[in-house]
Amino acid sequence: MSFLDHPGGFGPGGIGPIAPIPGFDTPDAVSVRDPYAKPGVLTPPGARPIVKVLGLEKFFGSNHVLRGCTVEVYPGETICLIGKSGSGKSTLLRCTNFLEEPTMGSIEVGGIRVDADPLNPRSRSHREQIRQIRLGAQMVFQEFNLFPHLRVIDNLIEAPIRVKGLSRDEAIATAEKFLDKVGLSDKRDEFPSRLSGGQKQRVAIARALTMEPKVLLFDEPTSALDPTLVGEVLIVMEELAHEGATMIVVTHEMAFAREAADRVYFIDEGRFIEVGPPEQVIDAPQDPLTREFLARTHGTGAHVHASPAP
Amino acid sequence: MFRTARTNPGLDADETPRQVVERIAQSRARDRRRFRLEFIATWLILVGGLVLAIASTGRVHPDFMIEWAPFIIGGVSITIFVSVLSIIFATMFAVVGALGRLSTVAPVYATATLYVSLVRGTPLIVQLIFWYLALPQFGIVLPGLVCGIFGLAFNYGAYMTEIFRAGIQAIPRGQIEAAAALGMTDRLTMRRIVLPQATRIVIPAIGNEFIAMIKDSALVSYVGIQETFWRASTTGSRSFRTFETLLIAALIYWVLTIGFSLLQERLERRMRESDVRI
Repeated sequence: MSFLDHPGGFGPGGIGPIAPIPGFDTPDAVSVRDPYAKPGVLTPPGARPIVKVLGLEKFFGSNHVLRGCTVEVYPGETICLIGKSGSGKSTLLRCTNFLEEPTMGSIEVGGIRVDADPLNPRSRSHREQIRQIRLGAQMVFQEFNLFPHLRVIDNLIEAPIRVKGLSRDEAIATAEKFLDKVGLSDKRDEFPSRLSGGQKQRVAIARALTMEPKVLLFDEPTSALDPTLVGEVLIVMEELAHEGATMIVVTHEMAFAREAADRVYFIDEGRFIEVGPPEQVIDAPQDPLTREFLARTHGTGAHVHASPAP
Repeated sequence: MFRTARTNPGLDADETPRQVVERIAQSRARDRRRFRLEFIATWLILVGGLVLAIASTGRVHPDFMIEWAPFIIGGVSITIFVSVLSIIFATMFAVVGALGRLSTVAPVYATATLYVSLVRGTPLIVQLIFWYLALPQFGIVLPGLVCGIFGLAFNYGAYMTEIFRAGIQAIPRGQIEAAAALGMTDRLTMRRIVLPQATRIVIPAIGNEFIAMIKDSALVSYVGIQETFWRASTTGSRSFRTFETLLIAALIYWVLTIGFSLLQERLERRMRESDVRI
């Protein structure tokens, strides 16, 4: 995306100078482990995590967005990141596939590890490693980001052909399989502008699946949807989770998190406040911040006896 | 059945709402017809009056116009040929220029910026004559046709660079992020995702540039291309009948630009109506 980060163009021009910040201690990125991560029920013992986010720090200018986040995700696990808007959960997800350059820490996806290096332009080999990470960690965006000039089927075969080097026939066969999976075979030759929001997001999920990723990243996939269309997308996602897909989901849908997540991370001001299975974090939160957040989240894990914010 | 209120002036109390709507529609249509009629009448009066005034002086020779019109009209094909080739090359210059203007590599950005600044900061006629008459001083002699087409393209390319740059920047960031997330390289993203969408955005602007190009192509008569304007001015000045010949040339350009404007309008309407939305 170098052409967007142009000094004469638009977009954030990288991070600003980092002043030493009082009370900001650097975690030893290598030795930190996610204490909550453990092989899930679907994972054989001794399995290695697919995603390792170690000691992630992110600044936007002098704004400290992520403060030492560590997450490990094992094959077959679904984890949900919840928190207020601006808490850093989307940034954490976007750092995982380097749509945002982390300030400190390291990311490992499918055995490829790239350390944060915001000050130097990425070398060719680094760029290639980042590309490999992105191939392994496919993202589904809040705003769908389908390519409007391509028909649905062409949206799905573009990257498999041009990036993975599949033949057109192979790519079409894979695309049709996943289009069928999200229940949109009949929209194969439509342009995205003719689809509803829910249909667009299901196509976007199919597009991510055609890359046969190791992990799926969902960045608030239902937040841009009309309330009546949220369900059809969540159904597809729950199905994926139950089939054993590895997923990291940033979401406000507590019902989904309760239903599909192996672990829920509640994040506030760039720190994990409470982490655990949904029965704990959503249904019986320990931390006052988590309680306050859940009480404000309409009609979900809000507990009647949760103490109001001071 | 619902009836309109009796107190409402101008509405017949016995009308249904549907009839009222119909009556409004008829009245609007009448207004539109009247406007169109007045428009045509005004044009006829203005143009007809002008023609009559000129004819009444007795100094314009219609016979001369009829005699030389075919020769001048013969230049239209050259005008269009030059314009079409120039707009094609200009588009190429513009794509390269726009990519340069968006480059993060300083020398590339500087080169593209110099090109745009220099070309936009000097008159087109100076540039054309430079290619044709100044370069030979360094032993570079280019044929007039090459100078004309290249000169126009080089000039328009600079203006269109900014059009393309704006078109590329109009593509939402999410599109580029989606392509990156799919593992596409910057180059592939530009070629397969950004440029195809940017092209659709800039097509109307290219149409405008083409229409302007048709008129500016008259300047290539200064590098020895015998197109419409060259034929008009040459035949005119030879027999001291410049008014007649220039009138013919002016009418030709006018008709050409109107024709292409209509064509462009239809193209844009087709693009709007097609499935391919931006």
